[in-house]
Amino acid sequence: MKVELKVTPDRYLPHRYAGASGDFNPIHIDPDFARQVGLPSNILHGLYSMAQVARACTQAAGGDPRSLRRLSVQFRGMGFPEQEMTVTGSEKETRDGAVIVDVVAEQGGNQIIRNAEAELAVA
Amino acid sequence: MPVNADAKGKAYPPFEYEVGKEKIREYALAVGEDNPVHFDREQARAAGFRDIPAPPMFAVVYSAGAVGPAVLDPEVGIDLRMMVHGGQEFDWGETVCAGDTITTEATVKDIYEKDGRGFYLFESVSRNQDGQEVVRAIWTNIVRGV
Repeated sequence: MKVELKVTPDRYLPHRYAGASGDFNPIHIDPDFARQVGLPSNILHGLYSMAQVARACTQAAGGDPRSLRRLSVQFRGMGFPEQEMTVTGSEKETRDGAVIVDVVAEQGGNQIIRNAEAELAVA
Repeated sequence: MPVNADAKGKAYPPFEYEVGKEKIREYALAVGEDNPVHFDREQARAAGFRDIPAPPMFAVVYSAGAVGPAVLDPEVGIDLRMMVHGGQEFDWGETVCAGDTITTEATVKDIYEKDGRGFYLFESVSRNQDGQEVVRAIWTNIVRGV
């Protein structure tokens, strides 16, 4: 099983994700505030990036949301809007009828999510 | 200054969340989920769901009200200015659908120090109106310069 997804969150994606998730931390939605605290610009929500990993895994398993049984990730580095994110992964093993895949998410060579492991039920 | 681990094991009041079709739509659109089962009740039922299913990561929406107060608890003592979300794990059970009422309980699972950083691990368990577990989560927050 191959996991592969490319997505470019647009400039206002962090605002829509803030509304959808309820996380209005200004580092995600206010570029001026983000720069005041030493960031290059406003950054993506980590859980948005994790949702892209979840989506990529579900798609690889055939698209049924029930196929994603477990997902664990480590957040590393920062994700930014208006930059292409690539999610890639490959099968590690089959365990108790589920496929275990190792996944990473990166932007321009910078890892945002690493050591991600998903457990997928495949029909 | 070493981290204070006194809050380890502390439990927080349950948080109840009613799952709605339009909130699922809003969330699915924001994260780019395009499977029609998240938008169309007929297609969801045809695919064997009780009602419109939430994408798995919708767990963050119904869990936030339980986990947020734990992260902000002065007895836990996280310096929010120095905190980053270090890791996250979800272990899903029964699918969450529109119309469900999800109750989430959070606890402080562990607090420890490593390499000058404080690790604060929270566990949340969410169940639906029938008592079925829908997700179990570990939220890892890391605080620099403790």
